[in-house]
Amino acid sequence: MRSCDALIIGGGVTGTAIARELSQYRLKVILCEKEEELAFGVSKSNSGIIHPGTQNVPGSLKGRLCVEGNALTKAIARELDVDFKQVGELIVAFSQSEVGRLIRIKEDAQRLGVKGLRMVDNAWLRDHEPNLNPDIPAALFAPSAGIISPYRWVYALALNAQQNGVEIMTRTRVAAIERLSGAGRGGMFLRVMTTSAEYDARFVINCAGLHADAVARMAGIDDFSIRPRKGEEFILDKKREHLTNHLIFPLPTPVSKGVLMIKTSDGNPMIGPSALDTEDKDDLSTTEGGLRTVLADARRLVPSVSERDIIAYFAGLRPVAGDDFIIRHEDRASGMVTVAGIQSPGLTCAPAIAKLVSRLLKEHGLDLRRKIFFRRHRRAMNHLFSIPLSRTARLVRLDPSYGDIVCRCEMVSAREISDAIAEGATTMDGIKFRTRAQAGRCHGSFCTCRLMKILADETGRKVIEVTKRGECSEIVLKDRGDDQ
Amino acid sequence: MKKEMICIECPKGCRMEVYYGDGKTVEVNGNMCPRGREYAASEIEDPRRILTSSVLCEGLDLRMLPVRTDKPIPKQALLQAMERIRKIRVKEPVRAGDVIAQDFFGANLIATRSATRENV
Amino acid sequence: MINKDLVIVGGGPAGMAAALSARDAGVRDILLLERDQYLGGILNQCIHTGFGIYHFKELLTGCEYAGRFISLVERSREIDVSLKSFVVRLTNDRVLTFLKPGKMETVRAKALIMATGCRERTREMIHIPGTRPAGVFSAGLAQKLINIEGLLPGKEVVIVGSGDIGLIMARRFTLEGARVKAVIEIQKQSRGLMRNVVQCVHDFDIPLYFSHRISRISGRDRVEKVEAVRVDEQGNDVDGSRFEILCDTILVSVGLIPENELIEMAGAKIDSATNAPLSKELNTTSIPGVFACGNCYRVYDLVDSVTRDAQVCGRMAAEFLAGAR
Repeated sequence: MRSCDALIIGGGVTGTAIARELSQYRLKVILCEKEEELAFGVSKSNSGIIHPGTQNVPGSLKGRLCVEGNALTKAIARELDVDFKQVGELIVAFSQSEVGRLIRIKEDAQRLGVKGLRMVDNAWLRDHEPNLNPDIPAALFAPSAGIISPYRWVYALALNAQQNGVEIMTRTRVAAIERLSGAGRGGMFLRVMTTSAEYDARFVINCAGLHADAVARMAGIDDFSIRPRKGEEFILDKKREHLTNHLIFPLPTPVSKGVLMIKTSDGNPMIGPSALDTEDKDDLSTTEGGLRTVLADARRLVPSVSERDIIAYFAGLRPVAGDDFIIRHEDRASGMVTVAGIQSPGLTCAPAIAKLVSRLLKEHGLDLRRKIFFRRHRRAMNHLFSIPLSRTARLVRLDPSYGDIVCRCEMVSAREISDAIAEGATTMDGIKFRTRAQAGRCHGSFCTCRLMKILADETGRKVIEVTKRGECSEIVLKDRGDDQ
Repeated sequence: MKKEMICIECPKGCRMEVYYGDGKTVEVNGNMCPRGREYAASEIEDPRRILTSSVLCEGLDLRMLPVRTDKPIPKQALLQAMERIRKIRVKEPVRAGDVIAQDFFGANLIATRSATRENV
Repeated sequence: MINKDLVIVGGGPAGMAAALSARDAGVRDILLLERDQYLGGILNQCIHTGFGIYHFKELLTGCEYAGRFISLVERSREIDVSLKSFVVRLTNDRVLTFLKPGKMETVRAKALIMATGCRERTREMIHIPGTRPAGVFSAGLAQKLINIEGLLPGKEVVIVGSGDIGLIMARRFTLEGARVKAVIEIQKQSRGLMRNVVQCVHDFDIPLYFSHRISRISGRDRVEKVEAVRVDEQGNDVDGSRFEILCDTILVSVGLIPENELIEMAGAKIDSATNAPLSKELNTTSIPGVFACGNCYRVYDLVDSVTRDAQVCGRMAAEFLAGAR
């Protein structure tokens, strides 16, 4: 039996942001993730947008957290050396009547505290967004919107939390939660049975994404359920990096922010997402209808978007639990903290959610004393694609393997692959998310063999044991060398 | 009897009509060169294929050494030949053209690429 | 900065033939850049026969065809070969920057030949809907896994598209003990050479469906099945023709695209439909002194044709250099 002050269930952006926040205090914190690696659930399909705080109802929790989260993300990204670009966003109106709605969005957002908002007209748009539909009369400009790599963000948060003593357990699924009687033994309120071990915890923080309802039910909480809402996104070739200079949004609909033109930290623009309610929490399939809808909607924003530009696509599920986030201490199950329904703008809100959760823990009796030595900063690994050649030349002199290019579409060196593995990548997707190797236009046709060998070598496994994303997703099924 | 056939001797892929009886070819139409006739005859009388594959190496710079039969072997024997190929291990450096296995279904199995000792 | 009369990017059949013909036409200072650790390019994984019937008047395997050129290049003192060398930048005045382990080099070329070959179209380019499990490969990647690495990608295979590599892999998988359950081709006839249909598919009684497409891929972690459907003359799905095939592996063999991202970076005009360079005459690009040959200029069916046009390209570069002198 192991015990801890806080056990976090779920290794997505919410769970890792909370882990990093709590790691500055003198606490024993454990994070459990059921998948092979972190960010393999809801977070892996995130668009990477750091929203300014617009398009939220003024009284909403998510509205407040979004504005705070935007500022926190900027600050923490700097501490953790994660590339965050404040590219700004434009919410566009297609008619004069929509301009009225824009003005209301602006007023709502100003009430929430969003700074720097202003209306821009057609002439401004022609100047600053030459590829935008020229018929768009006006847009609301929100300069604080930004982009970040959702994976590199989650991994940086997790690694920094780990540096500061948080224990991270992957491939660890929670099977049962037991409420301990009275005030708990040794102050422990809850016992958590997982596929790896049993833990006694003073607090259990449920950040289980799509499965937050199932986890809550284990502790006897059954007043909410998670309805997945599918979104399909389409990634365009890096050649189209400068298709737009800002994130481009249409006016929001009741269920989503609409189909957007997204800029990404990796350079490839993205279009999407669609929004479709579904029942199946495993349904990550893309559809022919999704492609048609997203393309048609994206072309309304930027008419030159072509089907030929698409190099990849994926579907993600938003964990929807009603209109707003559910973040609360469960008085019916002392020590249980629910962080559920974290759909858009969850990525933006994550650091603010983390602060809110730490306040909740304090209110419920956890003594938050700061560590004397908290490592606030970390250096990220180098990515050749994002640095000038002069710096690459210096790196190659320091370590020859920076000059050994493994993924030619995205220019990823052998050194970066090794760095990714050293930082915890154990799968081919883990390497892709950290380095972009296999994410380019050839989809790994040229680099898969080499990546498998490096991964096998550096994790002490056989090549046939290498998986795409964990158990049962082996890349190859047989090795000639095993023939007798 | 008549059989429609596509010649595989070169990329042209001539469509041929082949007339035969008693396991012997009588007449071939549609071939653009004499090789078509030869191919048709062999398809009727004794169909053969060159087998190409690769064999496992140990201690060499290549993990798999590409090989082929130096002449066609009976088509019926292809899968059996693969069984033998899977058992072969090449441990010494070879040059393209070197014989890897003799008496291989009536042919020799030869290397089609050179392999040197692994750089340590 | 190094200066070279002629730099050739790509050490496959096109690059080697161009280098040798430029040398024969009098060029004495040639640098051949190859990103892999061996010369030969994609031919090294083409262990099957079918190469050289026109150029050598012999039936050779891809490895043998490459081997003949490799030994000529290696014996040539005029051709300086740099392996594991990956070009990261090219400008329109023919200055290249390349990386190799431990080194970054910049070279100014008086003439440049691009022989960068092509890449395969992917599942994503033909937009097959469904899940994204392990077990979906381009045919060329499967070929490399089996022939070079000795790894068998799967045991029950469906091949999408009937390009030559797909057909050849149907035979290869069968010989390796896997079961190829179908080759699915959306067109009314094969995209590949007839002789490959005969000796790779017919020989092994593999079902070949023309006018069919894959409409869905299923499987959470690894491919579990595909859904196929017949299409009519207009390309619409035929009602009631949908069926499923259980499989653990899907190979995609739906065509090749010239790789021209480097000259595009340098400002060369590229045809957006084919990704080939736009040029006034064979083997040229819109940048003076920058030539292109082989599959990056135009996707050829036969390596013999690649060699022929690369030889022409080598001579063109030599003439350009003579004129510039």
